[in-house]
Amino acid sequence: MSTLIKQDILVELLGNTGIGFEEARAAGKEAFQAQGLPTNKSEEYKFTAITKKIEQSIQNFASAEAFEVTADQVKANVFESYEGDVLVFANGQFLPALSSTIEGVEVALLSEKANTPLGSVAKPEKDPFCALNQSSFDAGIFISVAKKAQIQKPILLLNFFKANAGQVIQPRVWIEAGDFAEVSFINHSVNLSDTPYFVNKVVEVKGGINTQIRYYKLQNEGKNAIEVSNIETDIQKDGRFTSVNISLSGEMVRNNLSINILGSNSEGNMYGLYLLNGKTHVDNHTNVDHTVAHAESNELYKGILADSSRGVFNGKIFVRQDAQKTNAFQQNNNILLSEDAVVNTKPQLEIWADDVKCSHGCTTGQLDEEALFYLQARGIAKDQAKGLLLYAFAGEVMAHIKDESFREYCIAQVQERLGSNF
Amino acid sequence: MLSIKNLHASIEGTPILRGINLEVKAGEVHAIMGPNGSGKSTLASVLAGREEYEITAGEVSFKGKDLLDLSPEDRAREGVFLAFQYPVEIPGVSSTNFLRTAVNQVREYRGEDPLDAVKFLTLMKEKMKLVEMDQKLLSRALNEGFSGGEKKRNEIFQMAMLAPTLSILDETDSGLDIDALRIVSNGVNQLKSKDNATIVVTHYQRLLDYIIPDFVHVLYNGQIVKSGTKELALELEEKGYDWIKDEVNSNATV
Repeated sequence: MSTLIKQDILVELLGNTGIGFEEARAAGKEAFQAQGLPTNKSEEYKFTAITKKIEQSIQNFASAEAFEVTADQVKANVFESYEGDVLVFANGQFLPALSSTIEGVEVALLSEKANTPLGSVAKPEKDPFCALNQSSFDAGIFISVAKKAQIQKPILLLNFFKANAGQVIQPRVWIEAGDFAEVSFINHSVNLSDTPYFVNKVVEVKGGINTQIRYYKLQNEGKNAIEVSNIETDIQKDGRFTSVNISLSGEMVRNNLSINILGSNSEGNMYGLYLLNGKTHVDNHTNVDHTVAHAESNELYKGILADSSRGVFNGKIFVRQDAQKTNAFQQNNNILLSEDAVVNTKPQLEIWADDVKCSHGCTTGQLDEEALFYLQARGIAKDQAKGLLLYAFAGEVMAHIKDESFREYCIAQVQERLGSNF
Repeated sequence: MLSIKNLHASIEGTPILRGINLEVKAGEVHAIMGPNGSGKSTLASVLAGREEYEITAGEVSFKGKDLLDLSPEDRAREGVFLAFQYPVEIPGVSSTNFLRTAVNQVREYRGEDPLDAVKFLTLMKEKMKLVEMDQKLLSRALNEGFSGGEKKRNEIFQMAMLAPTLSILDETDSGLDIDALRIVSNGVNQLKSKDNATIVVTHYQRLLDYIIPDFVHVLYNGQIVKSGTKELALELEEKGYDWIKDEVNSNATV
């Protein structure tokens, strides 16, 4: 394995030039070159040495190609009693033959939708990986929910990954919803290879007036994944966007979630749970930008960290001068189960309006020994008492998952983890 | 049932219990009284198995078993129950789930079949009446947002559900108004039988008007310095603890 220096990686990463969207790709490339790969001096990445991790793990910067997925593999990875529709992807490439057609929802390859304004929601200047994706994404999907469409069941975005010896996978997702539409997405990834790989994904979600969009994400694809994800949404008047992110594994994961509140009487909700062990490193950076008055944002991220895992939480709330009567709440709570586990948490509130209600708080501590003793003193075995307490801590986040079958699946995954690995 | 011999315990190197001797037989109620800081709550905690205390000497046998050798959960399963002085609020854990887990783990230890949902609910409804417990409380998270009185009632309700052989009430009376005190005492009295025993740890005599003790012990400086019957409690109520302290201290200097 050759030791690459950063400049080489930059060139290598930019070497993958997908097809179409020349203008957007050029803008992405320019933004990426201007920002460069983050170093340990980059404020936004100072706790997450992602560039170093890529240097160490990725040897082949070619894009991983699509591969065949069988109907059985799809079936095996859909949650029990799940009744919603499924869209299947292999290394980011959409597989229509295995996917549902959904009434009220148009699904197309991005290459067929050349007018899609990529980069208008997730702006490449804000994050180098977002820029990199815009420059060299290799596969993309366009999802459009019709005006007033009420998609009752969630849409499962089932991503299969299979990469050889550290390849790069850069999927791109564009979601738009017409006025008054209501829709939920579940993003779930399945890793079919044992080798490390680097996924750099961008999801843009453009809401309309009074749209209700829920975006759930479960990260459980294995220990070898290096993943950067940028999800950004624009919320219009009376709209609501709710994100629930559950991270259970990965080598190094960075989630950037940005909500732009562009219309009044709207609501942005961000919920997250990270349950980490081994050497897993998960970094959640969230950003909510209140640009108009009379809107609300709620944020709750919780972490349970064992072994020598590491968690990072950085929550920015930006309330602009015009955004009077904003209600913005943020909370981050962590439980450290070992002396080697580390969490870095940083709330960042920037408030320019003078008539707002904003609050934030963060706690990091050990499992409550007094509560543990109380449960034991009632006859509950110590391990089970621990599991009960940790599950109670984690459950608050999962309660925000509206779809029952997915919620039950997440609860089962979390309970299994709390029972066996902690 | 319970035999404590020369029990010494310390916390972070500071000795708190300095040679406790106590025999409790089935059917008896023992009151342990004493001034603040005398070691009353420590004794209760040590018997329940709180880990921050270090046992430096002595032995405790419970129904013939070495109690100090058992984990807190096994002590509970053997039939020791501690009603906490400060019951813990546990958000996210429902009272009902918690109790069902506890009851069934205790049953499993005793070789009994677990209670199914119907039987458990029936038992719960029956025991709730004992302490006039509002069912609404049980649909909430364990002790979360409960008033002081509700928490103490919940302790006695849990005691009723777990049917212990030795109940240790750690200052269960403190902070209760007279109505709550009556309800709690009434619950304890109804649970009393010839097969179980109760240790009531209290600072005040008031509770002993409702739960009549067979024996009263005064704890001071980590030792039982005086034992008597319920009249001793009345004397303490009237005269305070100073005369006991004087008595102990003058003996010590002689």
